[in-house]
Amino acid sequence: MALADEGARRGQKLPRTRRQIYEDRIRRRSLLIAGASTAAVFAAIIVLVPMAPGWEKVARSFFNGDVFARTFPGLLDAFLQNLMIFAWSAPLIAVLGLGVALMRDARSPVLFPLRIFGAAYTDVFRGLPVILTVYLIGFGIPGLGLPRPWNSPYIWGTVALVLTYSAYVAEIFRGGIESVHTSQRAAAQSLGLSDRDTMRYVILPQAIRRVIPAQMNMLIALQKDVALLSFIGPVEIFRQAGVYKSLLANFTPYVGAALIFLAITIPATRYADYLISKQARERS
Amino acid sequence: MKFLAITTALTLTATTALAGGHACYEGKTITEGKLTVATGNPAYFPWVMDDNPQSGMGFEAAVAYAVAEEMGLAAEDVVWVRTSFDEAIQPGAKNFDVNIQQYSITAERDMMVDFSAPYYSAAMAVLAVGPASSTPAELGALRDLQWGAVGTTTAVPKLLETIEPTSQPLLYGDNADVTAAMQAGQIDAALFDLPTALFLSAVVIEDSQVIGQFPADRTEIPDQFGMLMEEGNALKECVDAALAAITESGQLADIEAQWLQDTTGVPLIAE
Repeated sequence: MALADEGARRGQKLPRTRRQIYEDRIRRRSLLIAGASTAAVFAAIIVLVPMAPGWEKVARSFFNGDVFARTFPGLLDAFLQNLMIFAWSAPLIAVLGLGVALMRDARSPVLFPLRIFGAAYTDVFRGLPVILTVYLIGFGIPGLGLPRPWNSPYIWGTVALVLTYSAYVAEIFRGGIESVHTSQRAAAQSLGLSDRDTMRYVILPQAIRRVIPAQMNMLIALQKDVALLSFIGPVEIFRQAGVYKSLLANFTPYVGAALIFLAITIPATRYADYLISKQARERS
Repeated sequence: MKFLAITTALTLTATTALAGGHACYEGKTITEGKLTVATGNPAYFPWVMDDNPQSGMGFEAAVAYAVAEEMGLAAEDVVWVRTSFDEAIQPGAKNFDVNIQQYSITAERDMMVDFSAPYYSAAMAVLAVGPASSTPAELGALRDLQWGAVGTTTAVPKLLETIEPTSQPLLYGDNADVTAAMQAGQIDAALFDLPTALFLSAVVIEDSQVIGQFPADRTEIPDQFGMLMEEGNALKECVDAALAAITESGQLADIEAQWLQDTTGVPLIAE
């Protein structure tokens, strides 16, 4: 600890060392430079973008205050639909994803069909664009002639999201399970634990903790992809913005919808980043 | 027919040239001497037949050629391009002079883009499928159906304000998706303009029926179709003048009779 810091701790005023004065000067200088360059960039954007010949039209179409004020409450309302679909999809995805990961880890020869199924499942649903799955399942399965309410686009849209996302989530879980060293399995078995108990008490608790940050990212992606259900009927925020857009011939409602998404996803991504760096610190 | 059109157009051009006058469109189109017309991708019956506007077959294709001719342009000078609704309204340079794809003229839209004078007044019609197709054409009975509509059309406010359905309507991207939802039994009924509804019921959706239409005076938003142009487009006065001329001469009514003749005989929806 430097002499001056020690003095400050004891509440005494000691003269700052030459080294500290030098470091302070450097710090002030870099703060000034960072501030000035940031201000310059912002000033350039604020000054230059409106100088573009089409700016007035873009501003009228995308940043129209009147349209924003008129449509924002309706957008917020429609966003509740997104939150609801998200809320019931997420737990289903976690359960099915974990199930598929366990299938892929099945070691007994008798369970080999399960391994094949798990592999095929993840291949298919990771390989298809989400929107395609939503379309095919959302219109295709009800088309088989299911009676109401079993042909609801909410049910089959959710099924499409759950199928796609649990394939991704399963792969992350599997990565977590495989990251637990095999010696732990061996040790658990030498203590007399069954395969099942080894998985339950030794492997899974560690595996799940390790993959939480990665799963947090999947959660954020799911939150955004709920908007894809609008293609099969539900009027959630993206469709609602599209309705306003076409009635008013103005794109501002999309900007409003983007802001609402960001208000949820930015804090969530920050939290995911925090979890990742916390984990990195614990490991190092 | 085409030969006749070309000769007429040539004569017209020659006359104006001889008279020393200039055609109205000169210097106002994106390609000099050509009229670039946009339509949908795909373009639907009966507005454009077989998704092939160049043939001049179908109501909107025929109107476009009639307007071009009236403006003094030959049939070869009409160039077709395709746009989505979003491309039509986005700011920036456009790749069309006029865009004709059943755009309803509304005051709100008019603030962002220009519309020509209306070339067609559309009645809104209810298409119902399965058991719902025997629903009486009365607002009270229609209210309890599960509704759908294309989200990018004026059918949506119409549906919400006039019918006031008891359950939240489902909204789709285009006619094809509404059709798929009807076939999957996810919606009982949907609102379309009358010619589209008649086509879908006759050709596309099995076991469906156009159960009624809304009289044009009932609606707060009269559904009149106009050609969409970029805000402040100088061509608007020429297009409006041409539309006025073909309305006056009865040519527009003839085109309507030729392509949209089956639109009568659908019952009106009662309060």
